[in-house]
Amino acid sequence: MTAVMTAADAGLMSCHACGLLSRPAAAHDLACVRCGTALHERKPDSISRTWAFLIAACVLYVPANILPVMETGSLFGSQRDTIMSGVVYLWTSGSWPLALIIFIASIMVPGAKLLAMTVLLVSVQRKPGWRPHDLGKLYRIVELVGRWSMVDIYVAAILAALVQFQALATIKAGPGAVAFGAVVVLTMFAAEAFDPRLIWDPVKEERESDD
Amino acid sequence: MTDLPKGPGLSGIADAAVAPKRRRSFQFVWVIPIVAVLVGGWLAVQAILDKGPTITITFKTAEGLEAGKTKIKYKNIDIGEVTALGFTKDLSHVVVTAELKKGAAPHLVEDVRFWIVKPRIAGGQVSGLGTLFSGSYIEFDRGKSSVPRRDFEGLEVAPLVTGDVPGRQFVLQGRDLGSHDTGTPVLFRRIPVGKVASSELNQDGTGVTLKIFVESPYDKFVNPNTRFWDVGGIDITADSSGVKINTESLMSILLGGIAFETPADSPVATQAEENTVFLLFADRALAMKRPDKEVFVFSAIFSESLRGLSAGAPVEFQGIPLGEVQSISAEYDMEGGVFRFPVELALYPDRVGKLFKPGATRARDTGLTQQQFFDHLIERGLRARLKTGNLLTGQMFVALEMVPDADKAKADWTKTPPEMPTAPGGLQQLQHVLASFAKKLDTMPVDKIGVELRQALQAMHKMLQSTDLLVRRLDNELAPKARETLEESRKAMQAAERTLAADAPLQQDAREALRQLGRASQSLRLLADFIERHPEALIQGKKSGGQ
Repeated sequence: MTAVMTAADAGLMSCHACGLLSRPAAAHDLACVRCGTALHERKPDSISRTWAFLIAACVLYVPANILPVMETGSLFGSQRDTIMSGVVYLWTSGSWPLALIIFIASIMVPGAKLLAMTVLLVSVQRKPGWRPHDLGKLYRIVELVGRWSMVDIYVAAILAALVQFQALATIKAGPGAVAFGAVVVLTMFAAEAFDPRLIWDPVKEERESDD
Repeated sequence: MTDLPKGPGLSGIADAAVAPKRRRSFQFVWVIPIVAVLVGGWLAVQAILDKGPTITITFKTAEGLEAGKTKIKYKNIDIGEVTALGFTKDLSHVVVTAELKKGAAPHLVEDVRFWIVKPRIAGGQVSGLGTLFSGSYIEFDRGKSSVPRRDFEGLEVAPLVTGDVPGRQFVLQGRDLGSHDTGTPVLFRRIPVGKVASSELNQDGTGVTLKIFVESPYDKFVNPNTRFWDVGGIDITADSSGVKINTESLMSILLGGIAFETPADSPVATQAEENTVFLLFADRALAMKRPDKEVFVFSAIFSESLRGLSAGAPVEFQGIPLGEVQSISAEYDMEGGVFRFPVELALYPDRVGKLFKPGATRARDTGLTQQQFFDHLIERGLRARLKTGNLLTGQMFVALEMVPDADKAKADWTKTPPEMPTAPGGLQQLQHVLASFAKKLDTMPVDKIGVELRQALQAMHKMLQSTDLLVRRLDNELAPKARETLEESRKAMQAAERTLAADAPLQQDAREALRQLGRASQSLRLLADFIERHPEALIQGKKSGGQ
């Protein structure tokens, strides 16, 4: 590991919005001179905020998978589908590639995201400096993949808007869709609230202590 | 942070501005998980509260059922869904596990019924066509019991009468099923008012029990006196009263049916209770017969052929149906060496009621026992007779008649049933008359009559001969004289004719004389006129120039 000097090491802060480096004049309550954004050395309360979003997402993950996402009403009866029943239906009806996509995008990815965020938080809090490179990669993946898990919600939303033939067929978004959407949004917030620099801070300390 | 290293490249870095202090005592971000927990908790509570009872229903087959798809409906509204299909332990039936909606719990009682609705065409009706498109579903019918239950046995066939149809069920006891089936209409004055709900053979095999359902408001026409009868198909009866063809509606010809009616003269009664047991009669005539409370059974031995007499043939008293022939049996009399055919007659004296005696409405009111009463009647000449009721079909009936000149006879009360004396009936009586006539004919002295007849004929022959002589003499002696007389009379007539002819002189003279007479009378009238005007002329004579 090469020795790096961070802004914090140099007693400087960078603005989150415009990236301007500035020197903190006081201990706290600082603002960027260029754009006026509040300045923090690290995201304030990053860990507790991330936990809050993560816990909310975890709680809603349960109804998102249990409650029906889509209610299909047709001449031949009505049907309520959860995400999993949709996957099972697609799988048994032979279109397993589609089933796979939905399973990965709608069940695996949000689950994995929740898990990854938990791992990040726990490791930052409990084991500072533990495999920082892997954790960094994990964080990047979480950020990247976040928006793609909305596929299911898009499908439900588009169908609900399109298929409204009253007596013949109607499709409505079920309560699960709301919960699912909330899970996706909350995990994105959680990833946003998490400050990845926290992964590296202990590494610097180690390096410093090494010196 | 005050003694920060000041590198040469960092000299131009601006000092951060100091923002006004903001109070932050509570991290608002924690509202989000709290809200999430509340929402999640609420959803969980709702899911638990909404979870209805789980029931199992046993069917013979699960045809058309699908776990997770098949609905349970009541009045076409979903009240649950089949969640799993399985088998009973012995694999003889399928077990359908279904989850019902929460509100259904209090209605899951002992007599609730479930059946699979499929397209069905039976009994003149088509039902469940909708399931051709939507797939089968399980129909629920509410029960009346209050004992809760969770495991049910499904019906294989949809019940015809569901719990929400007002009306009452009655039980009919019949001899056989006839043309009835579940769904056969029940008719009241030919209006379909109900259906046969079920039919089953009695435990001991002696008959069938039908359960019928009569819809409200027609069920109020069923009272304890109501009679039910079979109107299946076309009923053709040929008996001593003629040929009858009876049909109800066209529908019932094809499907059969059960009709009911309350006899008009039956006492006013309250409506029959639910599940009252009634007898199912074979036809209307049987059903509508008076209830025969008193029955006397007599036997009668007829000497003539019993051809045309059958069990059920009427027994009439002076034309009033009083009973019927119950049975015809055969006996062999060892001593006499003859066959006897006792006919058992069932008499219902109630049917004649008031005819017995003025003031006495019933036989028992006369103060006599039945035996005495019948003895009395038999003494007066009451006899049983065989009569032909219908010449076309040759059906016979038994007539009870007062035969004034009958031989003295008595009822034999020692036998069971007591034997009633008989009198020869119609044809046989004629035979008797003919026989006695032949007998008389037989005793006539035909030979003597023959001889006398011949003598008479000879005498007659002689008489004819003398007549002939007389005639000849007349011819010879009288005829010429008569001819002469005729000649002369003709001449006289001719003379008279000549005298009276128009151009005869006598006629001419007479006419002239009459003319003269006419003139004379004219002159006379003139004279009379003149004298009337000039009476003095009689004395003075006619003056010349006067007038």
